[in-house]
Amino acid sequence: MHDMTGTKTTRAIGIIALLVTAWVVISAFFITPADQVQGDSVRIMYAHVPTAWIAYLAFITTAIASGFSLARRHRTLGFDRVAGASAEVGVLFMALTLITGSLWGRLTWGTFWQWDPRLTTTLFLFVTYVGYLAVRRIDGDPRQRARRSSVIALLAVLEIPLVHFSVVLWRSLHQEASVLNPDGDVRLDGLMLFTLFSGVAAFTLIFAWLVIHRQRLMALADLDRVVGLDAAISARRAEGIGSAAT
Amino acid sequence: MKDIGFILLSWVITVGSIATLAAVTLRRARELSARVPDDKKPWL
Repeated sequence: MHDMTGTKTTRAIGIIALLVTAWVVISAFFITPADQVQGDSVRIMYAHVPTAWIAYLAFITTAIASGFSLARRHRTLGFDRVAGASAEVGVLFMALTLITGSLWGRLTWGTFWQWDPRLTTTLFLFVTYVGYLAVRRIDGDPRQRARRSSVIALLAVLEIPLVHFSVVLWRSLHQEASVLNPDGDVRLDGLMLFTLFSGVAAFTLIFAWLVIHRQRLMALADLDRVVGLDAAISARRAEGIGSAAT
Repeated sequence: MKDIGFILLSWVITVGSIATLAAVTLRRARELSARVPDDKKPWL
């Protein structure tokens, strides 16, 4: 049995993430009250808002790791793997934000989709990072790939303030932020707020677990290529020695 | 509970997608780990 990408730390993160997620699901469905205006549909918020925040966190992590990858001469590829892994997880969370938002929109606005500023900028952010992941898959020298994708990541992250403040900058169907709004006024009941922050904590732990595992997976794929190449060179040498002897 | 179908669907998609990515990641890690010697894995 070979050791994989897990360690004691990742196992601990995984177990805590599972426990906190279980609490969030139980609280979202059975403990928190229905909203005065939105009714039971507010229970989607405990999945929708944390996925959006974690997508932001993932893309900011990608930008920071990309900055280090560009600035440092050593461990460039290590930072690039963190950037790539974080963007992969971020794209999943952003997709979940769009899907859960669409379902919530159907209940509150009566429609799955509107070309509203918040929804449109979020979709644009999602497509940008899908493009970033596509660029990462272009064949070539890994260091060149790291440089190219780092530049894209540093530009793409500038879209996040545009998405977040789109509800303030333009007239939007989407409600203003209930927590991170410009007034600094939290518009949520105590238990609802606690459940929301528990969701953010749970998804942050899941994000950390996934990024650690996926960047190690990328390292394994690179190592596998090197090990395979070494084996092929050794086999070719052995063939050469064999043919020279005969 | 009103609109339980939409609420449940949101949660099933969210938790299900994350669990699927975690499972795919672990399965791929198992495959690749078997091909790479343990002394080359810096996190061990």
